[in-house]
Amino acid sequence: MTIARVDRPKRSPAVSGTGTADRRDAPSRRRRRRSQLTALAFVAPLVAYLAAFYVYPLYRNLDLSLRNYTVRSFVAGDAPFSGWDNFSQVLNDPTFGPALRNTMVFTFVSIAFQYAAGLALAVFFNRHFRLAATLRALFLIPWLLPLIVSASTWSWMLNSESGVVNYALHVFGVSPVDWLTSPHWALTSVIIANIWIGIPFNLVILYSGLQNIPAELYEAAALDGASGWQQFRRITFPLLRPVSAITLLLGLVYTLKVFDLIWIMTKGGPGDSSSTLATWSYQLGFGTLLPKFGPGAAVGNILILIALVFGLLYIRVQRRQEA
Amino acid sequence: MTSPRPIATSARPITSPRPGVRRSRRNTVIGVVLTALMLFPVYWMLNVSLTPQQDMRKTPPDLLPLHPTFEGYRAVLNDQMPYLGTSLLIGLGTVAVTLVLAAPAGFSLAKLRPRGGGVLSLGLLIAQMVPGIVMAMGFYGIFLNLGLLNSWWGLIIADSTIAVPFGVMIFTAFMAGIPDELTDAARIDGANTWRAFWSVVLPVSRNALVTVSLFSFLWAWSDFVFANTLDGGGELRPITLGIYHYIGNNNQEWNAIMATAVVASVPAAALLVLAQRYVAAGVTAGAVKD
Repeated sequence: MTIARVDRPKRSPAVSGTGTADRRDAPSRRRRRRSQLTALAFVAPLVAYLAAFYVYPLYRNLDLSLRNYTVRSFVAGDAPFSGWDNFSQVLNDPTFGPALRNTMVFTFVSIAFQYAAGLALAVFFNRHFRLAATLRALFLIPWLLPLIVSASTWSWMLNSESGVVNYALHVFGVSPVDWLTSPHWALTSVIIANIWIGIPFNLVILYSGLQNIPAELYEAAALDGASGWQQFRRITFPLLRPVSAITLLLGLVYTLKVFDLIWIMTKGGPGDSSSTLATWSYQLGFGTLLPKFGPGAAVGNILILIALVFGLLYIRVQRRQEA
Repeated sequence: MTSPRPIATSARPITSPRPGVRRSRRNTVIGVVLTALMLFPVYWMLNVSLTPQQDMRKTPPDLLPLHPTFEGYRAVLNDQMPYLGTSLLIGLGTVAVTLVLAAPAGFSLAKLRPRGGGVLSLGLLIAQMVPGIVMAMGFYGIFLNLGLLNSWWGLIIADSTIAVPFGVMIFTAFMAGIPDELTDAARIDGANTWRAFWSVVLPVSRNALVTVSLFSFLWAWSDFVFANTLDGGGELRPITLGIYHYIGNNNQEWNAIMATAVVASVPAAALLVLAQRYVAAGVTAGAVKD
């Protein structure tokens, strides 16, 4: 979701220095200052809110990651400063490697399938057949359901003994799979559920991108005898590139932080087989009886860093497209 | 999303209406099949919520609820009503906080050009990228010190952080499209900026208002991260925790769990219906700029 950038009118190169111009400007400048104050008054509540409920929690989190907190000093707030200790502890933890790898696999595999499916569906629904609008709307349902609903539904569907997925496999003669309880399959299972949740978002954005491709292009291509696939490769895909870039980057940023789904379905387990940076951070901070707030916050901050890299990339792409 | 363009996009030049009609019908069939596949998990949730307990682990599972039971929904009525009430309260509170903060800010960013507006917009964009789990950890420390843990209005504050940046962006995008003449006319009639905002801009921005309200409600209603970290032991806990504890405590009564899930999905369904009218315009205005 982008922001409409506020385009400020370029200030005319005022011929300052001459006294008459200054005097003529004076009342209008006062008025400009007053309107500036009004403008600030309208955003002031938001700025105060962001400072109190975004900046401060993030500062607290950074502070947590740089001190050696115990449960007692967490309450008292007098934990000793420990520099990068939490970070080096986390980086040397045997869980770090798997968690980072799982985060990357989870994110990129999810994105790849969501995008491919979303694009195929967007092109399909762009054909304007009967019921197209209704069916497209129904496709949004997985996106709108609370994550805990989707996650628990998938948990039951993927249940080893009584799940409907294993039953379907059985019908096709495939032996049952321990989707959520086997270390080989846990990550795959949460990825499948996440792809299901993410397809609608990709469909919505890509479909609205398709709407902006002029129909004449397809007509001309059809007259020249281009096949459906050629039209897709030569017209749809290239012209959709800007929207695709935005969709993929937004998807990356959103998928990196997925926590609920994995936590509800597998709790990152068995072992570390499906734990990502997000679930590991939670596990460290809240998942045990002896919370390790410092390392948990450190993992969280590493996650922010990764998200920011893609986020800034997103902003750059966005800016370039608007320019 | 409303007015379908004339069907000029079909691949081959249409000589007779016949193949076109047939192709349209074939597309409809494919579309229905795809939608059915996509919505199978939702159907399965409904099916399981109606399945009697003794049939739950039957193989093969009943694909249709031929012997429906409502014991799951009875369990929801008995156990989950307080959770649903809390979620409603938290959802509405989040909507109120979001609208009060986001609408004036969006108006200012779109029309009044405050100094530093660009930086603020950038900050809002970045704010959306912060993982919820990180925010939860920061909030946990703050709430612990302030004694706000396990309070419903602490949860409203936390949940609103999901929706406020999005809200400001939607309002900004929408209000930037309102012609200046409208506010100028109000100003000439002697209205000050607040009046122009309140009685001219806001009524015109109904689509944006509905969109932001619906999404902030839905996000607060669906929130699990903040609820689980900040309100795990409170008197008033939201429905997401209701389901979560159901799963944890009675691992066996899946019809009750799925019945709760069905009830918890009702706002999403309502949103879907309303989405047809308002949301599409609002979201696409914010998401993809032409």
